Amino acid sequence: MSLAASADIEKKPWHRLDKLGVLVAIIGLAGLALPFALFRANRIVPGEGIGIVGSLDDGWSILLIAAIGAALATALVRFRPIVKLAAGFLALAVLAFAIGAAASHLTPADNNYARVAPGAGFWLLLLAFSLMVTDALTRLRLRPVWRVALLAIVLGAIGLILWSGLWSNLSLLKEYASRAPAFWQEARTHLVLAFGSVTIATLAGIPLGILCYRVKPLRAAVLNTLNIVQTIPSIALFGLLIAPLAWVAANIPGASNIGISGIGIAPALIALFAYSLLPIVSNTVVGLLGVNGQVVDAARGMGMTDRQRLLNIELPLALPVILTGIRIVLVQNIGLATIAALIGGGGFGVFVFQGIGQTAMDLVLLGAVPTVGLAFAAAVILDAIVEQISIKGRGA
Amino acid sequence: MIEIEDIVKSYNGTTVVDHISLTIPPRTMSVIVGTSGSGKTTLMRMINRLVEPTAGTIRIDGEDIRDVPAHELRRRIGYAIQGHGLFPHWTVAQNIATVPKLLGWEKSKIEARVDELLGLFQLDPAQFRNRMPHELSGGQQQRIGVARALAAGPNILLMDEPFGALDPLIRAKAQEDLLAIQRKLGTTIVLVTHDMEEAIHLGDRIAVMDKGKLLQYAEPAEIIVNPATPFVADLIGTSDRPFRLLSLTRVGDHVETGTATGSPIAADASLRDAYSDLLWSGRTAAPVTRDGQAIGIITLAACARMAARPQ
Amino acid sequence: MKIGLLIRLAVFLVLVALLIQPDLFQGFFALFARPTQPAIYNQGNLLDITISHLTIVAIAIALSTVVAVGLAILVTRPFGAEFLPVSRTIANVGQTFPPVAVLALAVPILGFGTAPTLIALFLYGLLPIFENTLTGLTTLPPNVIEAARGVGMTGRQRLMRVELPLALPVILAGIRLSTVIALATATIGSTVAARTLGEVIIAGLQSGNTAFVLQGGLIVGILAVLIYDALAGLERWLTARTGQKQAAAN
Repeated sequence: MSLAASADIEKKPWHRLDKLGVLVAIIGLAGLALPFALFRANRIVPGEGIGIVGSLDDGWSILLIAAIGAALATALVRFRPIVKLAAGFLALAVLAFAIGAAASHLTPADNNYARVAPGAGFWLLLLAFSLMVTDALTRLRLRPVWRVALLAIVLGAIGLILWSGLWSNLSLLKEYASRAPAFWQEARTHLVLAFGSVTIATLAGIPLGILCYRVKPLRAAVLNTLNIVQTIPSIALFGLLIAPLAWVAANIPGASNIGISGIGIAPALIALFAYSLLPIVSNTVVGLLGVNGQVVDAARGMGMTDRQRLLNIELPLALPVILTGIRIVLVQNIGLATIAALIGGGGFGVFVFQGIGQTAMDLVLLGAVPTVGLAFAAAVILDAIVEQISIKGRGA
Repeated sequence: MIEIEDIVKSYNGTTVVDHISLTIPPRTMSVIVGTSGSGKTTLMRMINRLVEPTAGTIRIDGEDIRDVPAHELRRRIGYAIQGHGLFPHWTVAQNIATVPKLLGWEKSKIEARVDELLGLFQLDPAQFRNRMPHELSGGQQQRIGVARALAAGPNILLMDEPFGALDPLIRAKAQEDLLAIQRKLGTTIVLVTHDMEEAIHLGDRIAVMDKGKLLQYAEPAEIIVNPATPFVADLIGTSDRPFRLLSLTRVGDHVETGTATGSPIAADASLRDAYSDLLWSGRTAAPVTRDGQAIGIITLAACARMAARPQ
Repeated sequence: MKIGLLIRLAVFLVLVALLIQPDLFQGFFALFARPTQPAIYNQGNLLDITISHLTIVAIAIALSTVVAVGLAILVTRPFGAEFLPVSRTIANVGQTFPPVAVLALAVPILGFGTAPTLIALFLYGLLPIFENTLTGLTTLPPNVIEAARGVGMTGRQRLMRVELPLALPVILAGIRLSTVIALATATIGSTVAARTLGEVIIAGLQSGNTAFVLQGGLIVGILAVLIYDALAGLERWLTARTGQKQAAAN
């Protein structure tokens, strides 16, 4: 019946209206009405909101409003997704350019204390066009390879903008500029924490999962224990590991030489590892249990040994489910690694909690934005890999 | 009476029901038969507006069904589907009470009705009222599905492959029950099936559909003897024709006077059953009983006569 | 089964005792504190803090449930069907946002205190419930829905009497997931001055007193296990009643 309904669409003009577009337009118009940029005399005082007209030269501001208006109009009409995607990305590019230009325009010459940040209006416009792009991408059903390619293009574009200095006058980048070495130091720590813990958990979790799959009595016990580990709040788990590690560092010869100590990276890494085990082990078990019994029977019938069956049949077939577990864990740990900062473990959380302490929003963003970006990129890439493997598995 | 007039249903230019007209007389069972994709289910679903026609009119007792809100129309028409579609989170009693409750019946009246229907379907109310659907056997689920459809005492009952999910033995029993209930209540039944055997067994009239078109709408004997198209003939199967014809007639209608030996045959058995019995036991005649009383004999010759193509 | 119930009851009683009479556990926690340090949290009443913690979580999850289920219903009706694909993607992408980031970003808008924590827990709680409600409402057995239409239920009656009750176990699984995440994430709310059990843990971290860290962590952990277990039990009961297959754990 929905098919029949779509046949009527061509006839009635108001059916050319895109409902999601209406939502995009409402958010976008609210964005136009609210302050585009936020000006502050220094980094911690409350800011003063400035509209588009005040943020840019008159000519540029008219051009910006016209461009946004055109993009919102495109959102309202039922065009093909590819048209909407292009319009959405164009609008985002214009926004990226405009906020940089606004920062340069609003910052008084030779004033190192003044800060210009994106205002609520900018964020709403960003939300509106991200929504438009997301919808178009969802409808386009891009192949995994293309999704990763698109991600690379977007990241490349952001990198280019950063390199060009277009955003240099934005408060976030001023915050970065004043602590660039620390930023990269914490970035390295963050990556070590997130990827390191997932790597160890994968190496330990898959064999444990295989064991739980083979030895049924073990299954419930292991999974329940890991389930309980997951319920312990992350700061508590970090904290609880401090004492035993301090004892190990003090009492076991050589332990402190290899970097084990009560505070710092070791307890954080162990805690993240503990959190990672459950999804990996349980997905390995679920994946192996999900392998078609007839296939396993056929493999057995052809005289494969247990080991051959596992390596050639069961594991490859369970791979998409296992990878999904790794995806969950990686995204989760990129986020959780921020909490390591509370026990001196470093990572982007350092900026987040320092920022909260100093009520310096830009500093919070300096920690939060890369974390979110990293988690998002990891999710897109791993989703694409999982889908690619599943497609291959079905096609064979 | 259901009058279907020049009805058409198309999806995006593909016509699945193509200008069909037919009239279903009251208090009869009409069976729509066809292969999958023939449009038979779509045709039936247009009667209770689960599917809205692209063109044409359907009237029930003279009233255009578009004049009634769809959900109210559906409450007046019983509807039973393959795999029963019972609400898994409701008890048997709640399931049967669905339509009476929607119609706002009083509680006591609903309870009485539920028990009455359970009795009608040979299920002990005390035992089954509070069971959950998943605790029932397939045959019981199917009966509750039909009981639910009949709960508000509709004049019309639509059935979409109601016996499709049952195994052969239970299926035969369910068919007999349906015939008995139809005779008792006088409900107008429209039943959709892909099984010509079932259609001939149950239908007062049979509508044969293929590729959205109505090929033939007639009584079973007419369809067997004079299939309108080669497709209808294929559905019946040429080698089975005499036996299908026999299955339409009851032994009681062809009793002759005389005596015969061996186990008796019931008067309401079909001639087909009698024929088979006679051949198997090597007799030329068998005694016929009605309610235990001997009323005459049925002969092999009578069966053979009835199996021949009528002149 | 009996033993399971006994263990649950014992765990619950330990929790109650710990909250009402923490001094009973003086000896145990003293093992983790240095001799000069207090073994039992002394900067506030554990019971009050726990109630405050639970209240924040309960309000946030109640709001998440109402909004998420409402949105999921909206996008599965014919009117909102156009929003279905994009809302799936948003739910998927939204879960890549770390809870800490959501919390930190709520501070500038709402200031310090309970409000940013509440909002962060609410926003983060939306996604699992929304996703599960969508799954529940879009994977109903087709012949049951067909029957519901066939017997003459209106769209609203179908939703209230058939679709939502049948999707309930899956929706509950979402609520369970959100609640457990919220219970843990609420501890981080203490860094923005919300009154939660994180306060106990962070006090322990700052003074190097493991006993405090253990107390806070233990209380949150027990709460999470008990609530998780109770909700999972409710789901099992609901699914067993309808003879459906056990809903997915996540």
